Amino acid sequence: MSKKVAQSESKEPRPNLLNDPRVRGWLAQVLVLALLLGVAAYGLYNIAHNLNKAGITTGFSFLNQPSGFDISQTLIPYNSRNTYADAFLVGLLNTLLVSLLGIIFSTILGFFLGIIRLSPNWLISKMAEVYTEVIRNIPLLLQILFWYLAILAPLPGPRQAMHLGDTLFLCNRGLQIPKPLLESGFLATPLAFLAAIILSICLIEWSKRRLLRTGRHFPDYSVAAALLVGMPLAAMVLTGFPLHWERPVLSGFNFLGGITVLPELIALWLSLTLYSATFIGEYVRSGIMAVDKGQREAAYALGHRPWMTYRLIIIPQAMRVVTPPLISQYLTLVKNSSLAVVIGYPDLIHVFAGTALNQSGQAVEIISITMAVYLGISLAISLLMNWYNKKFALRGV
Amino acid sequence: MMLAKWRPKPSLPSPNVGPGLTGWFRKNLFSTPGNALLTLVCAAILLVTVPPLLRWGLLNATWLGDSRGVCDAASQGGSSGACWVFIKVRMGVFMYGFYPLAERWRVNFAVLVLASALLPIFAPNLLHKTRRQILLSIAATLTVFCLFGWVPAVFIAFYLFAPFALERLFQGKPFLELFGSQALAVAIGIALAVVGGGLVYYAVLLGVDAKAAGAIGLIALVLMLFLLFVSRLTTTGWRWVLLFTVYPLFAFFMLVGDVFGLPLVETHFWGGLFLTLAVAVTGMATALPIGIVLALGRRSTLPVIKTLSVTFIEFVRGVPLVSVLFMASVMFPLFLPENVTFDKLLRALVGIAFFYAAYMAEVIRGGLQAIPKGQFEAAMALGWPYWKMMGLIIIPQTVRLVIPGLANNFLSLLKDTTLVAVIGLLDLLGVAKASMADVEWLGFTKEAYIFAAIVFWIFCFAISRYSVFLEKNYHTSRQ
Repeated sequence: MSKKVAQSESKEPRPNLLNDPRVRGWLAQVLVLALLLGVAAYGLYNIAHNLNKAGITTGFSFLNQPSGFDISQTLIPYNSRNTYADAFLVGLLNTLLVSLLGIIFSTILGFFLGIIRLSPNWLISKMAEVYTEVIRNIPLLLQILFWYLAILAPLPGPRQAMHLGDTLFLCNRGLQIPKPLLESGFLATPLAFLAAIILSICLIEWSKRRLLRTGRHFPDYSVAAALLVGMPLAAMVLTGFPLHWERPVLSGFNFLGGITVLPELIALWLSLTLYSATFIGEYVRSGIMAVDKGQREAAYALGHRPWMTYRLIIIPQAMRVVTPPLISQYLTLVKNSSLAVVIGYPDLIHVFAGTALNQSGQAVEIISITMAVYLGISLAISLLMNWYNKKFALRGV
Repeated sequence: MMLAKWRPKPSLPSPNVGPGLTGWFRKNLFSTPGNALLTLVCAAILLVTVPPLLRWGLLNATWLGDSRGVCDAASQGGSSGACWVFIKVRMGVFMYGFYPLAERWRVNFAVLVLASALLPIFAPNLLHKTRRQILLSIAATLTVFCLFGWVPAVFIAFYLFAPFALERLFQGKPFLELFGSQALAVAIGIALAVVGGGLVYYAVLLGVDAKAAGAIGLIALVLMLFLLFVSRLTTTGWRWVLLFTVYPLFAFFMLVGDVFGLPLVETHFWGGLFLTLAVAVTGMATALPIGIVLALGRRSTLPVIKTLSVTFIEFVRGVPLVSVLFMASVMFPLFLPENVTFDKLLRALVGIAFFYAAYMAEVIRGGLQAIPKGQFEAAMALGWPYWKMMGLIIIPQTVRLVIPGLANNFLSLLKDTTLVAVIGLLDLLGVAKASMADVEWLGFTKEAYIFAAIVFWIFCFAISRYSVFLEKNYHTSRQ
C-alpha cells in the first residue's frame, strides 16, 4: 500500500518551470536587464566612436580652461578670461536669483489671490477667479515672450526713459536702480539686524511661555517689530550713515552708475510670479476650504475676532494641507526658470548648456552636470518636504 | 384682579437684504463699510483697465482689409487699435505652418478622421445610442466625400463602420476554445495572422505602393491577432483598437506622404496649430501607456524592475523639460551610429513622451494605491494572470479615479508643447514669433501673441471643463 502511494507521488507530473511565478519573475528581470545593458553598451560604444571622430577628449578637464565668452549679468566678478567652472557658477547663481525672486513674490501674490477668492465680496472674488482662469491656461513660455517682446522691447530708449524722480529709470535697456555704496563701518548694521532677529525670536518664545503659565499678555509682536526696525537704525546712526546711493545718470546714449536690471530678468521674474501665483492661490483656497466649518464657528462662538480666527485657527490648519503642494510648486518654478533660455537670460541652461556647450563641444559632460544640478535642487526640496510632513502631519488618525 | 394681557411686541422689520437686484447688491457688495470700500476700489481698477483694452482690441481695431496699408491708414487717422488684419492675412501660416498650400487638405482630412473617431468615445452622453453614432459616421463620410472626393470617403467609411461590424461578427465561441487545446489554438492563430499579414503585404507591394507595404502588412498582422485572440470587444473597444493601430499609420502616411501618389512633405514644413496639436495628441497617446507601465513597475515586487522604474521616474521628475529636450537634440544623436539621423520632430516627441510618462506614472500610482486590496485578491483567487487582472480589473478603476490628475497632466503637456521652440520647431508660438520678423508686418507683436494666447486658452479651458464633466459623470455612475 505505502509502496503504491510512493509510486503515484513520484509519478505526479512536475509543474512546468515556466509556470512558476518566481522563475518567471526572475526571467523577466534578467531579460529586461540584459536588454537595457545591451542598449547602454551600444550607445556608449557609439558615443566613444563619435567623440573620437570629432576629436573631443572626454572628461572634466575642460572646466579649468578659459571660457572666452562674456555674460550679460554676473553676480560674481567674471570676464571672458575666467574658466568654464566660473561660467557655470555665474549661470547657477543667476538661476537661483530669478527662482528666489519668483518664489518670494509668487507666494505673496498667491496667498493674496487665494484669500480674496474666498472673500464674501462678489466683485473681488470674481476678479480673482477670472485672473486665475485666464493666466493659468496660457503657456508660461508665451507669457514670458509677451512681456519680453511685446511690452518691454517697445519701450522708449534711454533718452526718453520713463522715470520716477531721478532715481528709477525704465527703458528698453532695462530698469535702472540706484546702487548702494558701502563704506567701512557698515557691517554693524547687518549685525545689528541679525541680533534683532534672534532677540525677537527669543522674546516671542518667552512671551508665549509666560502667556501659557500666567495668562498675562505681553505686546510681543509690537516690541519685536520695534526691535527689528530700531536696532539697525540705531547702528546706522551710531556709525554715522556709512551708506550712500549712487544714482543712475543719463550720459550720451546710456546710463552711467547704478544697477541695471536686465529686461530679460524683469520679463522672466514677472511671468514666473504671475503664472505661479495662480497655482499657489488655488492651493491656498483649497487649504482654507479644507478646514472644517465647525472650527470657524467654534472660534466665533468663543469670541475671537475674524482676524484672530484666521491667525490662530484657520491658517495653521490650512498650512498642513497647503504646504506639500506649495513646495512642489516652488520646485516647478525653479525648473520653469530654465525657460530663460528662450529670451536669453543668462541662467544655468543658457550659459552652460547653451554657450559653453557650443564652444567646448563637451555635450555629455555638460548635460550631465546641468541635470545633476537640477536633480540636486529637487532632492533638497523634497527632503525638506518630507521633513515638514513628518513634523506637522496629523498623528494617530 | 387685573389680567395682564400678553401682547407681543411688533416684530422687527425683516433685515434689509430683500430679494431682487438691490438686495443682492447689498448682500454681496456693500454688506459692511469695508466691503463697500473694497467694491469701489475694484470698480475703479476695472474702469481704468478694461475700457482701454476694449477700445484697443475691439472698437478701434482694424478688422477689414487684406494689407498692411489699412492698418497704417487707421493709425494715421488717429485710432490706436489692434490690427487684426495681420492675423487674418497670416491665418494659414498660424494654422498649418509652412505646409504646402496644395497639400493642406491632408491635414484637414486627418484631423476630421480623428475628430469623428474620438467623438463617440469622448462624448458618451451625446452619442450613447448606436443610431446616433451611425448618423454621425454617415455625416462624416458625406462631408469627406463632398470635401475631398471618393477615395478618402471610402477610407473613412471603412474606418468608422468597422467597429460596428466587428462587434456583431465576433459574437460566437472564442477562438481559443475552438480547438480543444489552447496551445494548438495559439499556434494556429499566430500562423493565420502571419499568413494574413503576408498576404496583405504582397497585395499592397504588387498592387498599390511598394513603400507602404511593410507597415500596412505589419498592422494587418497585429489586427489579425486582435481579431483572433481578443474577440468579443464592444464597439468602443474596437474603436480604441483601431485608434492605436490603424489611425497612427494612416495619419503618418497622410501627413508625411511619399506613398499612394501623395507628395512628400517633410516635417520641417510642419508648423502652427497643426504641429502643436500633433505634438500634444501624440504625447498624450504615448505618455499615458508608458506611464501606466512605469507605475506598475514601481509597485512591482521584482526588485530590478522596481529599481529601474523608481530611478527613471525620480530622475525625470527632477529635471526641467528644457534640459530633456536639449538632451534629445544634442546628446541623443551621439548615442546613435554615425550615419543614422533621427527626425527633429521625432526626437522632440520621444523626449516629451518619456518626460510626461514619469508624471503620468505618479498620478496612476496614486490611483493604484486607492484601489481596495480585495479587488486584487478577488482577481487572483479567480486564477487570473497578472496582465489580465491589471488590464480588466485594476487599471480601468484606477484611470477613473485619477481623471483630475490626468487632465492636469494633459493640460501641462499641451502648454509645454510650446517648448519645442527651444529646439527649433515652429509650433503655434514659434510661428507667431517668426511672423513678427516678416519685414512687411513689423511691429504687430502684441496681436500675434494675444491671438496665440486666445487659441491656447480655448483648448486648455476646454480640457479643464471636460475633466470636470467626466469626473461628475463617472461619480454619479458609481453611486
